[in-house]
Amino acid sequence: MTRDQQLTLYYWMRLTRTLDEMAVALWKQGRGVGGMFSQRGHEAISVGTGFALGPDDVVAPMHRDHGCYMLRGLTPRRIMGNLLGRATGVSRGRDANMHGVGDLNLNLIGFISHLPQSLPVALGAAMSFVYRGEPRVAMTYVGDGSASEGLFHETLNMAAVFNAPYILIVENNQYAYSTPLNQQMKMPDLVNRAAAYGIPGVMVDGNDVEAVYAITKDAIERARAGGGPMLIEAKTMRMMGHAIHDGAEYVPRELLAEWERRDPVNTYEARLIAANLVDQVEIDEIKQRCTVEITDAIQYAENSPFPDAASVTEGVYAP
Amino acid sequence: MSTGSNFGFTDVEQIDDESRQLTYIAAISEAMREEMERDPNVLMMGEDIAGDFGGAFKVTKGFEKQFGARRVMNMPMCELAFVGAATGMALMGLRPVIEMQFADFITSAFDSIVQYAATNYYRWQGAVPWVIRAPSDGGLRSGPFHSQNPEAWFAHAPGLKVVTPATPADAKGLMLAAIRDNNPVIYFEAKPLYRSLKGYVPPGDYVVPIGQANLVRQGTDLSIITYGAQLREALVAADQLAAQGIQADVLDLRTVKPLDSEAILTTARKTGKVLVVHSATQLLGVGAEVASMIADQAFEWLDAPVRRLGGLDVPVPFSPPLEDAYRPSAAKIYTIAKELAAF
Repeated sequence: MTRDQQLTLYYWMRLTRTLDEMAVALWKQGRGVGGMFSQRGHEAISVGTGFALGPDDVVAPMHRDHGCYMLRGLTPRRIMGNLLGRATGVSRGRDANMHGVGDLNLNLIGFISHLPQSLPVALGAAMSFVYRGEPRVAMTYVGDGSASEGLFHETLNMAAVFNAPYILIVENNQYAYSTPLNQQMKMPDLVNRAAAYGIPGVMVDGNDVEAVYAITKDAIERARAGGGPMLIEAKTMRMMGHAIHDGAEYVPRELLAEWERRDPVNTYEARLIAANLVDQVEIDEIKQRCTVEITDAIQYAENSPFPDAASVTEGVYAP
Repeated sequence: MSTGSNFGFTDVEQIDDESRQLTYIAAISEAMREEMERDPNVLMMGEDIAGDFGGAFKVTKGFEKQFGARRVMNMPMCELAFVGAATGMALMGLRPVIEMQFADFITSAFDSIVQYAATNYYRWQGAVPWVIRAPSDGGLRSGPFHSQNPEAWFAHAPGLKVVTPATPADAKGLMLAAIRDNNPVIYFEAKPLYRSLKGYVPPGDYVVPIGQANLVRQGTDLSIITYGAQLREALVAADQLAAQGIQADVLDLRTVKPLDSEAILTTARKTGKVLVVHSATQLLGVGAEVASMIADQAFEWLDAPVRRLGGLDVPVPFSPPLEDAYRPSAAKIYTIAKELAAF
């Protein structure tokens, strides 16, 4: 990896973390609208995977993948507009928080609360590439919780049958809302399921952005060359509650402390400094830049109008 | 009392003579074939639809030979996933036509339809132009899971369109409209009509716009509003009523979402007496919405309470006497219509 690439990865992770921290603060100040999902702890996954995509590839991220959305070109302004239910948000106030954040001009497909629904939709995108003979790949994400839904099995089986250029990232963050992994499944390594579908599966440290990037890039190149689907399991930890209202008292504090030491953003920062690739001055400049960008996005969103109530029935059907 | 299944598993005939008398099922098949010839983005997907087999009802027999395996895709048995995949294809600009082997199995895909596809355009303006073909309706001694009429569930989901052709011509015209529509459309095809109803089908590019009802028969004494397989029953009943000197308007809704409110209110105001008929369960069915619309907007024209006739509030039973007791029929329509005319 070049130094430029490494600094780029760091920048996107820091921007994602800054967006997250400032949004959490906004909600704690009572300036939020509805619910809000922190992605804290998932930065290396969303940035490492998103960075590996080609410009024409299509991705369907979920509610803890802010880094991937921004890498696709979705601006913090449009994200904040959506979080605050404004007319300038991606869904024009139609859908909550990061739901409904899709934009085909950016090759982004939005998710719904039934998270595993993105699995077959992204598969369909991949199948359309085969149909048209286009060298494109589709990628999507699922958590350990959603992996218990039937769609996980249905979609991976179908992806294998059609040898689709399809990458599934499992973000195993140990908890489905309050339910720990050992109450969700007997086999904690979801990667092992790949064998059941006759496709390769690989496990990666979900807090190591370079490792996530490298494995995803390999999977994408393989799929683009006609090698078929791949399952990547990235292990991480959800560092805050399921959503902003949830203090996650059910998570042992020592478990959080252990994962805090492995924080994906801060450990990468320390690694770059230790390797003399960057100094503290440069790091501080990047952090400052991120704070300015997100501050601007919040101001923009807060100054944006709410959608006109009279528009409520508009846009249910495509013309 | 009929005791056999007559929707048939034999090949769909391809008649292309001057008369253009086609069965209902041949009209569906012709519409899809012509649309695939016209638009390279149109593809077929479903269980058992490819190869020489050509689907449980043979609607797509010969399609793979003509269009190739790329455009006629057999699916594994996973309705939830393959409808979701169709949504992904549709977002990328393809126009999948999905065969549910029976309408009864559409529930396995419910999330993919009503949660994802139906809401998508409203949420982030990604259009989902697919069609689900759902072979529905009974009277065929096929039991609780091969006889259902679940159109009201889908009519209740914002973002979907629901069409219910009752004639071979409409089967073709609504299929072309459904494929060309930029929204998810559920196309309920009445399998009791498949091989038992023939009629003139216009050649070539024949589109019946979604949302337009059709006044099939004109009368002045009462209105029978219906759709799907019950149109044929209603027309038989209307003939019998005419023999008694009672003249019925018969309105075929053709589309249950969006409803053609203008046509519904026009016939209600014209005759002042309305009977709404459908094969689906009467309780909380499409007929309830039609009756409510008439009560709201045509009350002053009414000369009698709006009547409804639908299936009983029981699972569709198998044994012939039970199924006949469950289902609306020409005889039942006649009885209620006669009461209504005398009101």
